Amino acid sequence: MKTGLQKFTEKFVEGLLFISGSITSLAVILIVLFLFKEGWGLFNETPVEKGSVIALNKSNPVQQLSAAQVKNIFDRKITNWSEVGGNNDSILIFSVNDITNFYSEAELGDSLQFVPQRISELMGKKSGIIAFLPTEYLAKNFEGRILPLKKITLKGFLKGKEWFPTAQPAAQLGILPLILGTLWVSLFAILIALPFGLATAIYIAEIADNRVGKILKPVIELLAGIPSVVYGFFGLIVIVPLVQRTFNLPVGETGLSGALVLAIMALPTIITISEDAIRNTPRAMKEASLALGATHWQTIYKVIIPYSISGISAATILGIGRAMGETMAVLMVTGNAAIIPHSILEPMRTIPATIAAELGESAHGGLHYKALFALGCVLFVMTLVINLTVDLISARKKYSK
Amino acid sequence: MNPDPAKIHRRKQLSQRLVFALFTLMSAAIVLVLVVILGFIVVRGLPAINWGFLTKMPENGMTEGGIFPAIVGTFCLVLGSMIFAFPIGIMSGIYVNEYTNDGPVKRFMKTMTNNLAGIPSIVFGLFGMALFVNGLHFGDSILAGSLTLGLLVLPVVIRTTEESLKAIDNSFRIGSYALGATKLQTIRRVVLPMALPNIITGLILSIGRISGETAPILFTVAAYFLPKLPHSIFDQVMALPYHLYVISTSGTNIASSRKMAYGTALVLVLIVLALNLLANALRRYFGKKVKMN
Repeated sequence: MKTGLQKFTEKFVEGLLFISGSITSLAVILIVLFLFKEGWGLFNETPVEKGSVIALNKSNPVQQLSAAQVKNIFDRKITNWSEVGGNNDSILIFSVNDITNFYSEAELGDSLQFVPQRISELMGKKSGIIAFLPTEYLAKNFEGRILPLKKITLKGFLKGKEWFPTAQPAAQLGILPLILGTLWVSLFAILIALPFGLATAIYIAEIADNRVGKILKPVIELLAGIPSVVYGFFGLIVIVPLVQRTFNLPVGETGLSGALVLAIMALPTIITISEDAIRNTPRAMKEASLALGATHWQTIYKVIIPYSISGISAATILGIGRAMGETMAVLMVTGNAAIIPHSILEPMRTIPATIAAELGESAHGGLHYKALFALGCVLFVMTLVINLTVDLISARKKYSK
Repeated sequence: MNPDPAKIHRRKQLSQRLVFALFTLMSAAIVLVLVVILGFIVVRGLPAINWGFLTKMPENGMTEGGIFPAIVGTFCLVLGSMIFAFPIGIMSGIYVNEYTNDGPVKRFMKTMTNNLAGIPSIVFGLFGMALFVNGLHFGDSILAGSLTLGLLVLPVVIRTTEESLKAIDNSFRIGSYALGATKLQTIRRVVLPMALPNIITGLILSIGRISGETAPILFTVAAYFLPKLPHSIFDQVMALPYHLYVISTSGTNIASSRKMAYGTALVLVLIVLALNLLANALRRYFGKKVKMN
């Protein structure tokens, strides 16, 4: 007989278990919330760090500049205001250190107390001036005009070709090179890993006798168990010099080195999932094929592989997802140059590696910090799409059964 | 004239033999890769490892001395995340497999677990920094690092538990109910004890995963150089994987800390190797035991 206490205990434990069961959902929701909360803040900001402004002469008709334009002006690639929609007037770049070029020490005061005033005066006098100033140097009745910069947009973030998050005066936050780097490295890794992974999966499931299979299983388990930082270390010491020597490159830290390391790391995923899919082929189909006179190999590639193709594609896509999210090994061997890659033999930088390398240096809540969280959001979305695709593929497979 | 059937047969046999030989070679190549990686690290790392290396503080810009604080730190992190993730993960696995029917609730929970498992480890690091370090003001601490690592390993624990429970034949549950046991009693006395060997094996493998992860601890706990032991869960610690990363890429003197790096890598590999061997031994032991009954 159930007593009241027993019933209560049953219900209580069930409740407890339900709460535990909900924790992954809660975790995913919290991760999304925090990631996007910190990352989304980026799109309300201008690319100038707080505490600094960009100022012009009041007569200058230019109303707004983008981060790239500001960078080109301060790099002296744009030298005339007409290039950015202003008057035909040459650009005069000014920062606080330049003040001594215009005023004597006496005019600036003994303890430099007149500097803000002098800057203000100068801003009023020179029509082509553009100044990058800390806000504490703004005088009360500032004679220049503070220029609002274009806000960072999602489109600019995704399509921007330059990633200089700490550049002064305007941060360049374009992640296209990072996205491309991530894709190049992980796709190449799968290209290398897929033939080997598939061959091994077929070998274990169809060709090898049990004893050999029993040796291969722990090998694959171990490959999956080795920490990524150890792979990175191995890659740094063995694969990087190997790539450098083989292709006669100035540096061995290239996308190819990263792809090779990632290929080894992606193998266990590809092998185990493909093997499961191959083993799931109904015996009747195999035997029917053999009975018709097909050889074992013909059966494998005419019957078994077509049957298990959805599982194999799921394995491949999952492998790409793993490779895209891998951080440490890639960080250690790809060279981390944030430029748009043209060949796999160039240094590349992936999204996870960028976050890992830069988050430690960014000020909490600053522009750079937010940009890295936005990068995290992009990575999250990329892997989410991959996971959902895999779910879709495996769901369809069950349905067709 | 038709081609000779025997000839076709021979050609088919030949191509099969060629393809199978190729596949065998490719599988052997994978074994070779593992042997090369392990061999390389063991051969280069073994000379670096001695008693002092395992029990001393790092000295002289991390080019001499030992890795004791990193070992202790990794131990703390493993312990912390086990305390957090194992009970919750096992309970969650029990709920999904024993209490839900095939319906939207189960599907939702499974999808969420899969999604959590698919999130890259660096994103866990970002999240841990935003929530535990800054949001809850734990600072860079064992607590923040353990919680982050625990979340990362949670899906592994849940899936292991689920799979182990699924493998228990339903007749055991029905038999238990027939004897008048309640659901909870059935789970506690019948299902869980039978599934436990598999669950434990899975958990042991997940410890290897925890001890090797670097990205989640980068911004939540790991210290670059901290030659003392932690006193509370709010202290920072060094950790083996991060230590390996630091001395092999950004140490003060990369060339002279190479030996330390090999040693650290070997210690990490040995931990994973030992855990794998233990899991395999347990599997064999329990496998025999179950068969005997």
